[in-house]
Formats: sequence, C-alpha cells, structure tokens
Amino acid sequence: MEYFAQQVINGLQLGFVYALIALGYTMVYGIVRLINFAHGDVFMIGAFIGFYTIERYHLPLALVFLSAVAGCTVLAVLIEQLAYRPLRHAPKIASLITAIGVSLFLEYFTSLRQVFGPNFYSFPRPFPVVIWEVGGILVTNIQAVILVVTVLCLLFLQFIVFRTKMGRGMRAVSYDYVTAGLMGVNVNRVISFTFGLGAALAGVGGVLYGIAYPQVNTFMGFMPGLKAFTAAVLGGIGNIPGAVLGALIMGQSETMVSAYLSSTYRDGIAFVILILVLLWKPTGILGAPRAEKV
Amino acid sequence: MLLTIEQVNVYYDNLRALQDVSFVVGKGEIVSLIGANGAGKSTILKTISGILTPRSGKILFAGRNLVGIPQHRIVRMGISLVPEGRGIFANMTVLENLEMGAYTRASRQEVAKSIGKVYTLFPRLQERSSQPAGTLSGGEQQMLAIGRAMVARPDLVLLDEPSMGLSPLLVREIFRLIREINEEGTTILLVEQNAFMALSVAHRAYVLEAGSITLSGNASELRNDSKVRAAYLGDVME
Repeated sequence: MEYFAQQVINGLQLGFVYALIALGYTMVYGIVRLINFAHGDVFMIGAFIGFYTIERYHLPLALVFLSAVAGCTVLAVLIEQLAYRPLRHAPKIASLITAIGVSLFLEYFTSLRQVFGPNFYSFPRPFPVVIWEVGGILVTNIQAVILVVTVLCLLFLQFIVFRTKMGRGMRAVSYDYVTAGLMGVNVNRVISFTFGLGAALAGVGGVLYGIAYPQVNTFMGFMPGLKAFTAAVLGGIGNIPGAVLGALIMGQSETMVSAYLSSTYRDGIAFVILILVLLWKPTGILGAPRAEKV
Repeated sequence: MLLTIEQVNVYYDNLRALQDVSFVVGKGEIVSLIGANGAGKSTILKTISGILTPRSGKILFAGRNLVGIPQHRIVRMGISLVPEGRGIFANMTVLENLEMGAYTRASRQEVAKSIGKVYTLFPRLQERSSQPAGTLSGGEQQMLAIGRAMVARPDLVLLDEPSMGLSPLLVREIFRLIREINEEGTTILLVEQNAFMALSVAHRAYVLEAGSITLSGNASELRNDSKVRAAYLGDVME
C-alpha cells in the first residue's frame, strides 16, 4: 500500500511536468489547429536555459525560471512568425511538415558543438535536496517545488484565459477566427501570444524536469513532447483542463507501468493509450464534438 | 456620403465575384442589396469589412479608403458586420458574446451602458444573459448577433441575411428592430434574399446580378418595378 502511494506521488511529479508541456500543445491547437511538433524542443531549450543559468551564472531560482520563460517565449514567437505564419492559408499538411522540420532543426542545430553540444550534461541542483517521510511515504522538496510552481502556473493561466481581454480574444479566435476578427480582435497578435504563453509554460516545465530528472541533452524534448501531446489528445485536444487531466493520467500510467510491470514498457504505454483514445474516443475525455445551430 | 464604393473588383482566385461595383450609402440610410444566391451580396459585405481584399477599386468610409486596412482595424473605424449564419460564440455566455462586441472599447462603464441599451432593445437577451449562447433559438441568436454589433457603437452596420432560417413572425420582429436601430441614428447596409422584407424596410436598394449592379433606386420604386417583381418578389411575368 505504501509502495502504491509512493508511486502515486512519483506519478504526480511526472504528470505535473507533462501538464506544463501539454498545455502548449492544446492551446496552440485550439487557436490554429496545428500540432506544433517543435513544442517538445522548446521545452528542451527551457531546460538548457535552466542548466546554463544555474551552472554558469548561479542565478537564484526565480530568475532561472524567468530566464527560461523569456527565452522560450521569444523563441516560440519567432518560430510562429518565421515558419508557421507564411503557411497560415496553405493546406494543413504543409504546416505539420514544417513543424516536424522546425523540431529537427532545433534538435540538431543545438547539438552542434558551437551551441549546446551533443553530450548529456548533468543538471546542477539549485538547492539541497530534503526528503520528508510522511506516513511511510517519501516526499522530496523537489516534488513540493514542482507542485507549487505548476499550480501557480495553472492559476496564472486560468487568470489569463478567463479574466483578461487577451484571454477573451484567445477563446474567440479558438472558436471562430473570422468572427473574432469582426469583433476587432487582432488575430495575428492573439496567435503570437498563444505560442508565447504555451512556450513560457514549457520553459518552466523544462527547468522543473531538469531539477527532477537531472540530466539534459538536446534530444531530451522528443519523448516528453510526444507524451505531453498524447496527454493533450487524451484529455481532448484544444481543451485546457483536459490537457492537465490527460497529463496526470499519463504520469500515473507511466509510473505504474514502471513499478508493476517493467520500466521497459514505460514509453510504450503512452502510445497504447494514444491508439486506444484515437480508436474509441478521438475527441478525448473532455473534448466534445461541436454542434452548430442553424 | 458615409460609404462610397467605387469600381470595386473582387476575385476568388481567378473567378471574378464582383465586377466594377459602385454604390453609395448616405448617413442615416437603410440601403439594401438584393439579388439571387451567388450574385455577390455577401462578397460585398466581406470586402467592406476587410475579410476579402479587392483587386481594384476604392472603398471610402467617411472619406478614408478602407482597402488594405486590416479587418480588426476596420471595426475600430466604426463598421460592424453581422455575418451570415450569425457567428455566435456558442461556447460563451450571452453576456460574454456582448462583451466580445465591445472588444475595441476601453471604458468598462461605457460598455456596461451599451450592453444595458442592447438589453432594453432585446429584453429576451437579458433574461438569458448567463446562458451559453449556443442554447439560444435561431431568432435569439440573430438578436444577439445584432446586439453584439451594436455594442461596438458602429456608425455603419452591415447585415448579412438576417432573416435566414427564421420563421415569418421572427423575420418581422427582426426587421422592426432594424428600423428601430436605424431611427436611433445608425446607418444600415442590408443584404437579403428576402427581397420583399428588404424593400419594405430600406430607403434605397441596389439589385445585384452575377457580380454587377444592374438596377438601383428608391425602395418603393423598385418594389413596383416589373423586372424586380418578376425576379425577386414572385410575380408572374406578363
């Protein structure tokens, strides 16, 4: 029982990080109907910014997060404007292939020796690890940081989406961008903002991931990216609470498979879930097909 | 003139949808564009509101050429389009939809006042204020779409097929409201397939055929024109 509870805690840690990535997938999809496959690599860049700001510049943790947020936001806005915007009215497949191209570019360009280099680097601990024992379950201060930071991010996102003008613009564009434009919403600006917001969360996720699983590499974004994408589909792509729910389920299932079956299958479970979702409920748990009244 | 369209040509790829279209809308008027399906009526409204860009020609609004100005800026200049099919944000509440109409306006107090005005015009919307807009009936959605356009406090409202899919009773109700809005000082350019209703509410009208304007005049004259009667009002040609 304690072993199970311990796995639940570990699964939550993983699920929260997935949630931060999955939100970017789902918001961008909600706005421009594009699976932004470069998103996992933006997460990787966030982890590297964390790595450098801690290892080289010894910045305090808050500034580490802010640097990752700033770097990832700028990067994602640039990617959107240079790679995706020119293809806005092209067939969807063109943007999708471009997204894969951008992803490969980020992975291989950053693995050049002049950039980050091709090696695995160990991510420095920004604070000493403390382990608490709560009723036979081990909880670390890393898990506490992940929990607090993720919850703060979710509250911030909730505020943006439901309490600000930009958020109202996002919801309008996501529902119908032509009509949103008729209301005076600057659709291009909303799209840039959404890419930036998703990337900011991924940047935070990258730093947290580095702290929790202390190793970085330029290809590290691929797997978490795919799993977060699966989480977004599982929850219902385009649906914000769905992405968080999907990510928590993904975190649990991956941890449970490692704990009770074999860690060999931990990556496999993600795709089993993806296939099952696509077969039985392609709209995901919280996604509902849209009905229009005539 | 509030709005002057001059020699406008619009293409969908290589297909010419509007051919040298010219017409004017004066301040305070209700002007109607009538014509068959595919004649280019909606295309004109989409071009004025910046969704489509003309290949040539001018669109002058209060003296400024709108061609090339992005869609979201045209709203700020005082033109609101109520699109065909209403374009309601079904996932938002009625109130949120109205607030979307005020997206370009800064003062919360002023916006609340405008929304209050819409509620007096359409009391049914106030009753359903916190209801998701997708649950409204077709007629209520049309009222919401018109109300939402009014919240932007436009000088010119473009209405695209407001009678579409509504019962005759509701159609009459909607047209009564259009007249009321106009009497309060808003200029209206109305596109309709229901030529009878359009001609009964409008001051002037233009007839559009295959992308060109073929006839124009006072609404009452056109209502008695034998060609119009035969083509759009269901008369039998003698």
